[in-house]
Formats: sequence, structure tokens, C-alpha cells
Amino acid sequence: MSLAGYEVEVQRDGGLTTEEMTLNMGPQHPSTHGVLRFIVKADGEVMRTAIPDIGYLHRSIEKISEKVGYHGFMPYTDRVDYVSAMQCNQGWGMVCERIAGIQVPRRGEFCRVIACELGRIASHLLAVGAMVQDIGAYTPFLHALREREKINDLLEELCGARLTFNYMRIGGVAWDLPAGYPEKVTTFLDKFDPFIDEYNDLISYNKLYVERLVNVGVVSKEEAINYNLVGPNLRACGFKYDVRRDEPYSIYAELEFDVPVGTGEMGTLGDCFDRYMVRIQEMSESGKIVRQCLNMMPPGPVLAKVARKLKPPVGDAYIRVEGARGDMGWYVVSDGSEFPYRTKIRTGSFAAMSIVDKVSRGLMIADLIALIASFDVVAPEVDR
Amino acid sequence: MQEFIDRLIANGAFAGMPVEVVYALMMLLFGLVVVFGFFLPIAGVTSWLERRVWARIQSRIGPNRVGPQGFLQWLADGIKLLLKEDIVPDAADRPLFLFAPYFVVWGIVATFVVIPFSSNLIIADMNVGILYLTAVTALVVVGVLMAGWASNNKWALIGGIRSAAQIISYEIPAGLALLPVVLLTGTLSTQGIIRAQGWAPWGWFAFHNPFTFVAAFMFYVAALAEGNRTPFDIPEAESELVAGFCTEYSGFRYLLFFMAEWGNLYVIGAVATTLFFGGWQVPLWTDSVVLLNISQFTVFFLKSYLWVLISMWVRATLPRVRVDQLMILCWKYLVPIGFVNLIGTAIWMVIWPHGNRVVQYGMVLLAVAVLVQFFRRVRFHLRRARPELYYSPAI
Repeated sequence: MSLAGYEVEVQRDGGLTTEEMTLNMGPQHPSTHGVLRFIVKADGEVMRTAIPDIGYLHRSIEKISEKVGYHGFMPYTDRVDYVSAMQCNQGWGMVCERIAGIQVPRRGEFCRVIACELGRIASHLLAVGAMVQDIGAYTPFLHALREREKINDLLEELCGARLTFNYMRIGGVAWDLPAGYPEKVTTFLDKFDPFIDEYNDLISYNKLYVERLVNVGVVSKEEAINYNLVGPNLRACGFKYDVRRDEPYSIYAELEFDVPVGTGEMGTLGDCFDRYMVRIQEMSESGKIVRQCLNMMPPGPVLAKVARKLKPPVGDAYIRVEGARGDMGWYVVSDGSEFPYRTKIRTGSFAAMSIVDKVSRGLMIADLIALIASFDVVAPEVDR
Repeated sequence: MQEFIDRLIANGAFAGMPVEVVYALMMLLFGLVVVFGFFLPIAGVTSWLERRVWARIQSRIGPNRVGPQGFLQWLADGIKLLLKEDIVPDAADRPLFLFAPYFVVWGIVATFVVIPFSSNLIIADMNVGILYLTAVTALVVVGVLMAGWASNNKWALIGGIRSAAQIISYEIPAGLALLPVVLLTGTLSTQGIIRAQGWAPWGWFAFHNPFTFVAAFMFYVAALAEGNRTPFDIPEAESELVAGFCTEYSGFRYLLFFMAEWGNLYVIGAVATTLFFGGWQVPLWTDSVVLLNISQFTVFFLKSYLWVLISMWVRATLPRVRVDQLMILCWKYLVPIGFVNLIGTAIWMVIWPHGNRVVQYGMVLLAVAVLVQFFRRVRFHLRRARPELYYSPAI
């Protein structure tokens, strides 16, 4: 990528010639969460710029959809954002249902929402855990993963996979909830709510931890909107916008839940701590949603009848789901054949990467780590 | 030890050999005994124990395959690292790169010369013991800076420079924390300092007056920072600088850095125990010199290992500070507190030249109260997390 406009500044103070150091952070680096690369221009510990270099994990997922057809593309969507694959499944399912005019059975929608919200908790657990680990505390990370493991067990029971679920189908979900599943989920949630308090006791309000995060990487509301931030990153700036609440899809309109926003409780509104706290609070909100769904679930089929060779009418469709990393857009163009003519996925991490350069100026190298972690960037979602 | 050798020579044990040769051989012998008999196992067992303690804290199991409870894991790891290829990057400054780890290990091993394990078990009871201690630990920074520079890697360089800034800065609060004790005893000899304390907690310098109490903890914090331990492990900050100054090292040389780190933990504990927590002092419970020495060694070892365990617990819990916060902590807080401690102790000595018994008892009571409160909190948290934890210590 071009570095034009970022020429090395040579400064002369009192005869000593100093120059900026170009640091190459990534693609193999312990805290860039996969294969991200940042070209860091640093003056000692202080960064001038950190330019993200993306594309190391590009797998042409959108192009693949043009070759494998509507049904066949579902397993690939797991790989778009493998940390919260359920929402990707749901996005693809929904966009295909929209373009082909398929109605999902009501129980299927509930199954989808339960799976998605469990997946969201798992994803946020990884996000807050990895963030704490990047700051240097190791124990909270493993405690978070311990809880995530339980969700993985639950999701495995639901669909047989722990990471790339491939649970949903166009027109519903592949399998109904197994016997005794609601009780297991409720048991898990009963233990999970105290866990969040314990986690907050352990690390969230730890003085050293808070000091590392407050007033670091502040994003104002206007900046966030201009740079197209979505999801928890946007809400942390104090902008209350959640696709589930503002443009409800599936059954979210019937559910009651809060949309946590950043409050700047420790420092400035929109700093790393707010982004962290929003995720912590969203976990308990997701827990609430799952409980409501389990109570409201009607009996019935979970999968609509859909033609084996799905041939939607000519046209296009765009839907949005609230993924764990924010507003995830799915766009598909059909030319009437059994293969999509074009697919486009719009992801939250990609938007978050664009603001890193702006926010990181003048921060220290250690803050860049906190910044990337607080945006919860997942490399495969950036590149697809 | 010198008296012991002199006695052997006088008894004719080394008849026909020049005295200098005997001294040199004996020095070599004791050096080997200390390194292979004490330093290596201590560093190794500490590494194993740290992994196990971490595992318990993190509700994992930890290494438990090699030997009983995984006790021999450190040997297995050591042998593995010894057998690995010792890679020197092409662009590295070869001699410096190869030599740096030895500096780091020397700095730590040399401190064992003045660590008093019991009333008789000390290699050299120097009259400048404390000064020597601070001087040789400063060797570590040379090694680390050399490693960072010679690796010819930007991350390693940042790590090395961070480390130099950090260690040099924190030597000042660490030295200032030692001074109240030197004031109280009027000696720099480690044995002299221990002899000036009593076996009971109210006889320890930590509880001598409020200033030394603060100095004890200040020393511990500053020593942790000098030893690059979390929360001050910014020179090798794993998530920021890959592995800091040891990024390019592999095999045996990598092992040396970590041996030094874990050996240093014990040294920190031993120095804190010597200066502030009564050292090897035990009541005179037997006439036998051997038994007395054994009990003294045990007490000293346990006291100093307690500090090692505390540092493991700290490392598992706290996040890392940023480099500017680290410097702020040092220069804005620890150094002024150190000066206040020094002057406060001096004033205290003018008012109560032989210490104030009531204050000493009061401070021990305070410490006990804090400990009780702490254990109650730990119990509360353990009970709350009960379903999540393994309780058997032997998993």
C-alpha cells in the first residue's frame, strides 16, 4: 500500500538528528487478533500514525457465493465472522428469504434469536477477555473463556459444531431445540449473571485497568457517524442505535431489552473503557433476550418448505442484522438462476479499521493495542 | 566461608598447595554449588510452581504430566530448550547477542553471595553487603540493553530501552527503601541487619515504625519493577512488543533469561526477608548448631518464598501499566515517599533511639487485622465461586 503523505519527518533538536521509527506491527503479532497489519510510525513510544494494512485474510467469500448457490453458501457465511457465526448465518438466511419471498415459521425465528444471542454473549466474552489479556492481565481472559466454553457446549448440543455452526437454513433453522434444552440454557444464564458481577469485581473496575483505558482513543459521536462505526463501537459514543431496536427484524420487535450506551463513567465519552463496558452490559441484555425467547416459544415447525434448487426472481435485496460487531449488511442480486449474481457483505470491523489511523495519532504504542482490542476487530470479518 | 577455608588450611587439608589456588578452587566450587545446587532448582521449581499457581487461579489444571504433580516439568522444559537450535539472526551483532544472557544471569547469581540463608550459611558476609546487592543487580540492565540492541529488531530495541529506563529509575526507590534499615542498624552487612532484628514479628524492621513499614512494601514494589514482573513487565510486554528484548532469542539463551527472571523472584523475596522480616531469626530452641542452622534455613526459605508466591498472585491478577504511568509511579510517588521514609526514620530514631515497643505491637496487630480481613474476603469469593472451582489440590 502507498505511504504517500506519510514521509518520514526528520527533526533536528540541538544538533541531534532524530527520525521516526517505522514499526511493522503484524501480520504476525500476538495482539493483532489474527492477521492484521499496522504500519506504525513511532517517535519513541509515541505514535504518529498507525496505518492499517488489510487483506491478509481475504478469501473471496462473496465471490464464492456466485459459484455455490443459495443453499450451498450457508456454511461459508460461518467464516465471515467466525467469532459470532450465528448472526452471519441469520443474515444470509434473511436476505435469501427476502429475495425469494419465504416466510420463516415462528418457532424457527425463536430458535434463530436464541442461537444468535447465545453467540453474541460468546463473542462479547471473547472480546472483553482478549481485551483484558492485551492490557496484560491473563486470569480474566481465561475466566471469560471458561464461560464461553459453556456456551460453546450449548451451541454444540444445538447444531453439532462449536465454532462454525451452519445451524440456520434458508427458511428457518436446521434442527429444533433438543429435549431439555431450555432448562440447560436457563441454568447457564442463572450462573452467568453473577459471573458478570464477578468479572467486574475482578478486572473491570481495577484501578490499573481503568487507568489504561480511560481517555484513550476517544471517538466523538460525530466522528463515529462520519466514519461509519456501528454496533457497540457506535453505542459507546453515546449514540443509541441498535438495528434490533430501531429497525427490528425477526421477532426482536416483541422482545424487551435495553440498548446500553457509553456514559463516559470513568473518563471521556467514547473512550476505550466505554467500548469495553458497553460489551459487558450487552451480555446481560442478551441473557434477558434469551430468557424471554425461551418463555415465549410457540410449538410448530422450525423450517419452511424451500425448493432444493432455489431460484429467486430477478431483483436484489438488502437486509441488516445486528451482529456482535455491529450492523452487518447483506446484499444479494439475483438474475433468476440458482446462483446469486452478486453478493456483498458489509461488516462492522471493516468500518472500525478505517478510524484506527485517525484515533491512534499521538497515542502510545501500548495504547494502540488497547485501541484495536476495544474496537473488537476480527480479521476475517475485515477482509472476508 | 573464608574462616571455614582458613580453618581447613590451618588443619593441613590442602598441604603443599599455594593459598591463592585453594581460594580460587574453593570459590569455583562454591559458585558451582550455588548455581547448580540452589539457583537452578529454585528457578526451575519456581517456574513450575508459578504455572501451577496460575492454573489454580485461572481454574485450569496446569502442567501435571512430568513427574508427580508435574514437578519435573522444569527439567523437561530445560532439557528441551537446551536441545533446541541456538539461532543467531544474520543481522544481529553476534558477540553482543551471544554474550547478553550471561550478563543477566550473572547479575542475579552474584546476589546469592550475600544472601544469608542461616547464621552460618552465607558465602561472604561482606561489610558492604547491601551496596553490593544493589550494584550487581544493576548488571542485569546492561545485559538486557545489550540483548535489545544486539538483536537488531525494533521490538527488541524498544524492549531493551524500556527496560533500561525502568530498571535504572526503580533502583532509586529500591535504594531509598533500603536506607531506613541501614539507618536503624548502622551496618550494610546482611548478617548484621538480621542480627539486629528479633525472631518475633514485633522485632522485625517492617514493624519497627510506620516509615519502615511503608519502606518494606515500597521495596517490594520497586523490586518487582526492577525484576520486570507484572504489573511492571513492560520490557517484555507480550501483547505489545512480541517478547521484548528476548524476541530473537531461542534455545539455551532464551532459557537463561527466564532462569534469571525466576531466580530473581527468589532474590527479591530473600532481600525483603533479610531487611524487613527478620531473616533467619528463630528462637534459640536447641544447643545443636546444625539443627539450629537447619531451622534457620527453613524459616528463611519459607519467608522468602512467601514473597515469591505473592508475586505470582499479583502477576496473575493485575494488568500491565503503561510506560508513562510506570515512570509517574516511580518519580512522582515512590521517590518522594522514599525520602519521607528516610527522614521520618531518622526523626524516629532521635525521639526513640531504641524503638517504641507500643508502636511495634500496635503495627503487628494492624498487620494481623489486615490479614484476617483479607482471608475473609478470599473465603467469601471462593464460596461465591464454589461451583466453578476444583477444590482438590492434586489434579
